[in-house]
Amino acid sequence: MRQIFKFHGGVHPPTHKIESTITPIAQAKLPSKLIIPLHQHVGVRAKPIVQVGEHVLKGQIIGRAEGHISSTVHATTSGTVSAIDLQLVAHHSGLPDLCITLIPDGKDEWIAHSGVDYKQTTHTELRHLLRQAGVVGLGGAVFPSDIKAYRHKHTINTLILNGAECEPYITCDDVLMRERATDILRGAELLRELLYAKEVLVGIEDNKPEAIAAMQQALQDEQHGHIEVITVPTLYPSGGAKQLIRILTGIEVAAGVRSTEKHVQCFNVATAYSAWRAITFGEPLLSRIVTVTGNVEHAQNFEVPLGTPIDELVAQAGSKPDTERHIMGGPMMGVDLPSDSVAVTKATNCIIAASPALFPPPQLELPCIRCTRCADVCPAELQPQDLYWFSKSKNFGKAEDFHLFDCIECGACAYVCPSHIPLVQYYRFAKSEITARERESRAAEIARERHEYRQFRIEREKQEKAEKLAQKEKAAMAAKTATPIVSENPDEEDAKNQLRIEAALARAKEQAATNKPKNTEELTEQQQAEIAEIDARRAKAHQIATSEDKAE
Amino acid sequence: MISALFVMIGIALFLGAVLGFSAIKFKVQGNPLIDKIDAVLPQTQCGQCGYPGCKPYATAIAAGEAEINKCPPGGEEGIHKLADLLGREFIPFGEGAAPKAKSVAFIDENTCIGCTLCIQACPVDAIVGAAKQMHTIVSLECTGCELCIAPCPVDCISMLPIQEDITNWKWRYPVIPIQAAA
Amino acid sequence: MTEYLLIIVSTVFVNNIVMVKILGLCPFMGVSKKLEAAVGMGAATTFVLTLGSGASYLIQHYLLGSDLAYLTTLSFIVVIAGIVQFTEMAVQKTSPALYQVLGIYLPLITTNCAVLGIPLLNVQAKHNFMESLLFGFGGAIGFTMVMIMFAGIRERLEGADVPGIFKGSAIAMVTAGLMSLSFMGFSGLVK
Repeated sequence: MRQIFKFHGGVHPPTHKIESTITPIAQAKLPSKLIIPLHQHVGVRAKPIVQVGEHVLKGQIIGRAEGHISSTVHATTSGTVSAIDLQLVAHHSGLPDLCITLIPDGKDEWIAHSGVDYKQTTHTELRHLLRQAGVVGLGGAVFPSDIKAYRHKHTINTLILNGAECEPYITCDDVLMRERATDILRGAELLRELLYAKEVLVGIEDNKPEAIAAMQQALQDEQHGHIEVITVPTLYPSGGAKQLIRILTGIEVAAGVRSTEKHVQCFNVATAYSAWRAITFGEPLLSRIVTVTGNVEHAQNFEVPLGTPIDELVAQAGSKPDTERHIMGGPMMGVDLPSDSVAVTKATNCIIAASPALFPPPQLELPCIRCTRCADVCPAELQPQDLYWFSKSKNFGKAEDFHLFDCIECGACAYVCPSHIPLVQYYRFAKSEITARERESRAAEIARERHEYRQFRIEREKQEKAEKLAQKEKAAMAAKTATPIVSENPDEEDAKNQLRIEAALARAKEQAATNKPKNTEELTEQQQAEIAEIDARRAKAHQIATSEDKAE
Repeated sequence: MISALFVMIGIALFLGAVLGFSAIKFKVQGNPLIDKIDAVLPQTQCGQCGYPGCKPYATAIAAGEAEINKCPPGGEEGIHKLADLLGREFIPFGEGAAPKAKSVAFIDENTCIGCTLCIQACPVDAIVGAAKQMHTIVSLECTGCELCIAPCPVDCISMLPIQEDITNWKWRYPVIPIQAAA
Repeated sequence: MTEYLLIIVSTVFVNNIVMVKILGLCPFMGVSKKLEAAVGMGAATTFVLTLGSGASYLIQHYLLGSDLAYLTTLSFIVVIAGIVQFTEMAVQKTSPALYQVLGIYLPLITTNCAVLGIPLLNVQAKHNFMESLLFGFGGAIGFTMVMIMFAGIRERLEGADVPGIFKGSAIAMVTAGLMSLSFMGFSGLVK
């Protein structure tokens, strides 16, 4: 029995998971249109490489990865690109982002694709294939997996597969593990190979006994020697990367430290599955499992084509009239969607239809009574109370000193607060203010450098000019002293000058006489017309000028 | 009486020697405080403070000649930072010195005549162009100081406020002001 | 050895110069708005007090004797002024930002009643050289400790929901009074 550890804090919200695990994964129907955002990953937005009106095949690349940290975007099905413009996306701001709208043609025609045997392929090629397939972290962080699957400078001893799924309502990883355990474990082997890891630990919460059984069975069947499935106690947020690492290995990844520095890397089970499909079958990431739950007729999990609008997806689960809004994600960390036409992306793990009964309006914020319940539950061992006071009074220096950026925004502190203070909103406000200020100060630094360089450049130009002038003067002085310019006889000089001038005038006249206009043969009609027009204008102007002269 | 005098003079001389020696040893060259103040200023080099750039303003503050509330691009935040750095009291902006929305300059290419007067005016060399060639603003480097607007003889430069989009969006302060009952 | 330990404990906790003897309140209230300034001020005062106690003892014991005792206060102030000037120059050289932040409070250490009070208390208690030094050092450590605690509290008070009338100096005074009350708990610790 492998020893597991505990992390500080954590809460036990009611899980609401049973509703959506009654039926197996259903295939969502292709919607009437697909809105595919180009920024479905962390890093630089993908660049669209198709035109409006172009016909694309399923799996065709429509957005090329740009820069080191980026990923590819594909056409979810065959169809026609109807628009490349700003559409509402699932973001807290409610602001739009660049999306490609695809109208499916119903044929679902695949582009030519094939897989490789990962054991026979170089790691560089494998990572390139992952990037081209658009594989990103499907736990919600959507970090490009090709970069995470690269062993940079630290050896990786332990690869952790995150099957914890601690947030209430979400069951997409649960059903994936129940039905596709074999492929998940094969994906784990692939990632282990890429990272040269010694062992793989799969962490699953104990409220998912079927998933644990399925994974154990697959483990036995395939005889993966280096993989171990470990049951962890149900506690929110044990699915956080640092928290799961602590539970499974006892290693504490401290503030400002990356898990790779502690020789551990963590991937979601769905990411391992997608990586396996991408490498072995050449299938890019075109769909993902999404839990549709909350105020719907039949809560269940769907395999959803990326870009499906939320309203069409929820309708397949039976939407109810008293649903007032939808939440993408879970009740603790989810995004309130600005509209129902927002589409499913790689980060969408769950859609909760919220009604006033299920999600009553938030209670009024009361003053903080300094009870420190928030500090008791914080999994990152921070001081949420101090962070609240500093964020509220906009004392960002002290907030940063108290490790504001180590907050994982899990919401456990706000969950237990007896005064119903929306703590996470304060931290998010403080974090975005600090980030904006850092950006401004970096820009100011660059502006200062440019200004100083400009002053240096102006100084340098002045100096160069002065030097040139000095040189010229020197040359002039030298020339003056060398040969006398004025000859003894000034009259002779004048006569000579006169001769020179006359000679120059004669030369000029000769040139004017011999110089004829070129390109006058074989003029086109248009050119002739233009010439005639210009001549007429000239004549008229001359007429007016001479008549004016006469008048005066 | 004499011994008292001797004691006091002796102490005074000894201390004087120590202080004189340390005055030479601890001599402070220049004023590193100016660099610290300059690091806090927003570097728009716009001259709205009345000084020809941010470094001269920093020098004036360090010398005690200038108040710390003269820099609109730094905002109230900047005044707070200066107050903290220098141990002075916070003063709000004076009349007409309130900060404006951040904007970048934009040259109307139909009107530009290629005179290079704006290029010579820009304090951070953010305008690209040459004589009789089209001029354009490198908006990533433009600090919004508006020094290019005045020299342009055909008035083709305008200031465009920076729009909030999904890349520079910030979370709002989560406090909702309570309104008085009607 | 225990004598010296007792002196330290008594000057830092039982007879804390700020909280119990109520000396040196000027920099205590004036420089405690920011933690870094409080630490800097505490360090400067420690240096001045320790050196000052030692120098004052030497002057009082060897130079003044018993017939020139009336010059005690005068010579102490002169020595302290000299040490403070030296400290000021050193601070300006090593940390110009701290120098700017401390501002007028750095030369005001000269007139700090704690910095003059400790040497006078040493004379009164007839301490020997080591005891004087430790008394001064302990007193300064107590001063620094209380300044840092108070600065930490004041930084939190900045963001707290203090009623309008109490904001700023008023709540700081109330806090200082409560801190002084709490230090009463140490009385009787050292017999």
